[in-house]
Amino acid sequence: MRNIWIICRRELSSYFASPIAWLLLTMYSIIFGFIFWNFVAEFVKQGMEMEMMGQMGPMNINEQVIRPLLGTSSFLGLFMVPLISMRLFAEEKRNGTIELLATSPVRDSEIILGKWLAATLLYCWIVLYACISFVFLFRYGNPDWKPMLVTLLGVFLQGAALLAIGAFISTLTKNQIIAGALTFGACLLLWVFSWVSSYNSATWAQMLSYMAVITHFDTFDRGLLSSKDAIYYLSVIFLGLFFTARSMESLRWRS
Amino acid sequence: MITVTDLTKRYARTTAVDHISFSVSKGQIVGFLGPNGAGKTTTMRMLTCFFPPTSGKATVAGFDVFEHPLEVKKRIGYLPEAPPLYIEMETIEYLRFVGRLKGLAGADLEKRVDYVCDRCAIADVKNKLLGKLSKGYRQRVGLAQAIIHNPDVLILDEPTAGLDPKQIIETRELIRSLAGDHTIILSTHILPEVEQTCEQVIIIDKGKLVATDSVQNLQARARGVESMLVEVAPRTGNLVTVVVQQRLAKIAGVSSVVLKEERGRGSVFEVESDQGKLVRGDLARAIVESGWDLNELRPSAMSLEEIFLELTGSDAAAAERKSDQPGEPATSKDAKPEAPEAEA
Repeated sequence: MRNIWIICRRELSSYFASPIAWLLLTMYSIIFGFIFWNFVAEFVKQGMEMEMMGQMGPMNINEQVIRPLLGTSSFLGLFMVPLISMRLFAEEKRNGTIELLATSPVRDSEIILGKWLAATLLYCWIVLYACISFVFLFRYGNPDWKPMLVTLLGVFLQGAALLAIGAFISTLTKNQIIAGALTFGACLLLWVFSWVSSYNSATWAQMLSYMAVITHFDTFDRGLLSSKDAIYYLSVIFLGLFFTARSMESLRWRS
Repeated sequence: MITVTDLTKRYARTTAVDHISFSVSKGQIVGFLGPNGAGKTTTMRMLTCFFPPTSGKATVAGFDVFEHPLEVKKRIGYLPEAPPLYIEMETIEYLRFVGRLKGLAGADLEKRVDYVCDRCAIADVKNKLLGKLSKGYRQRVGLAQAIIHNPDVLILDEPTAGLDPKQIIETRELIRSLAGDHTIILSTHILPEVEQTCEQVIIIDKGKLVATDSVQNLQARARGVESMLVEVAPRTGNLVTVVVQQRLAKIAGVSSVVLKEERGRGSVFEVESDQGKLVRGDLARAIVESGWDLNELRPSAMSLEEIFLELTGSDAAAAERKSDQPGEPATSKDAKPEAPEAEA
């Protein structure tokens, strides 16, 4: 436990020492802020139009601002994950620091968990930081915070799952660019897998669609806490980290 | 402290280390010597549990590297060929991280960090980024990292590679000063380094063990005879070298006298004597009594370099040496009882 935390802390400090963490934080906040402004502006315009026409249609800030916004942030996560995970092991392999970790009295599993935890914490921190914008909604409106938290949890789970896959891919190569590109490809594939079910209802298509990360995010996005989808994410995390461990072990036998 | 039995590492196509056995006792400095690609790094990586051996056994401080890697890792400090530094970290931050990783904490950790900074002379770069350090400092931070948890065994892979001469001397002194508390294995392909730093030498070539012995024994073993270089100069007139040769050859115990070189007025002879016979005094007396000047008299110890080339065979230099010294073939055969394959 202690070793996991030692490795996690070093990993986090290294994210912030290299400009990557700051860069992601800035870019994400700008994009998220822009989208937030868009949704809010549209919401306000719609509200004013309805008032002018004398209609009293249902207006819901959760449905019309928060939900699409967090849906977008889950999409943005697909781009952010490779940038966070690509260096996890590739950089250590390139710099030879993997030799330090591998010859220190820590288990491989502790190294992997520490690194994955650091990547996940950074991801969550970036998402949360951008969510500062929601303060305005609570100040001037009256959104329901419970579904919002559930959706956020979905964003975090999706990020953690993709980061576990990214960690695995990062053990495969010394080259960060290759690790990043492969992870990006994997993330996109896991996204577009969901499309197949829209025109095909065969079993394989349903399975493929079930594998897609985005399918499982939908329930969280609606504010529903579904154990089935949480288990999907947890099992992807477990599988990703399990493959990472096997890959680390095979490095030792092969190299 | 370290026992290695029939250790073997096979890669997909090559055998990097082939049935090596040796042992190192506590507090010793052992030089691990071999040309590039001989299997030094591979052996060290197996000892540090970086990867497991294909077959064979290795124990460090009583723990098997395969069965109890965590226990072994706790007792080992390892400096790989390229110091494993995180370039974005500060020196002190890095040392704290490694210390924690090796199980230190709190006041203990701070004490050890201060101690290694002092010991390795890196206190003045404590707050610098590791990426900005010069090669010499990086190497020393690497060494500091290896000794931070006061390990029983230190394994150093080419600790002086790429340093300038002054840094090399400093690093060697540092390593020597660490012996006693620590058992040290250092690998190198630089022979004088072994002569100067180590007590024991393990020579490997192409993955096979060629020789393992103390530096002195190895030097003595490679030569059955003692040889001396003597520079003789005439007091007046010219020196007739043949006369000198005849005179010196008459001394009891001297087996051969060969003219090596004429330097201006003096001439240098190589005098070989049977092992164990001390003929230096007789030599000096004979020369002075014959009315010549004795300018120089020194033992021509065979350097490790020559021993190494002979043991690892195949090199032109060794062949050359054999051909110009008739006494050699017999003695060098004698020096290779363990490694007949080195001949080929």
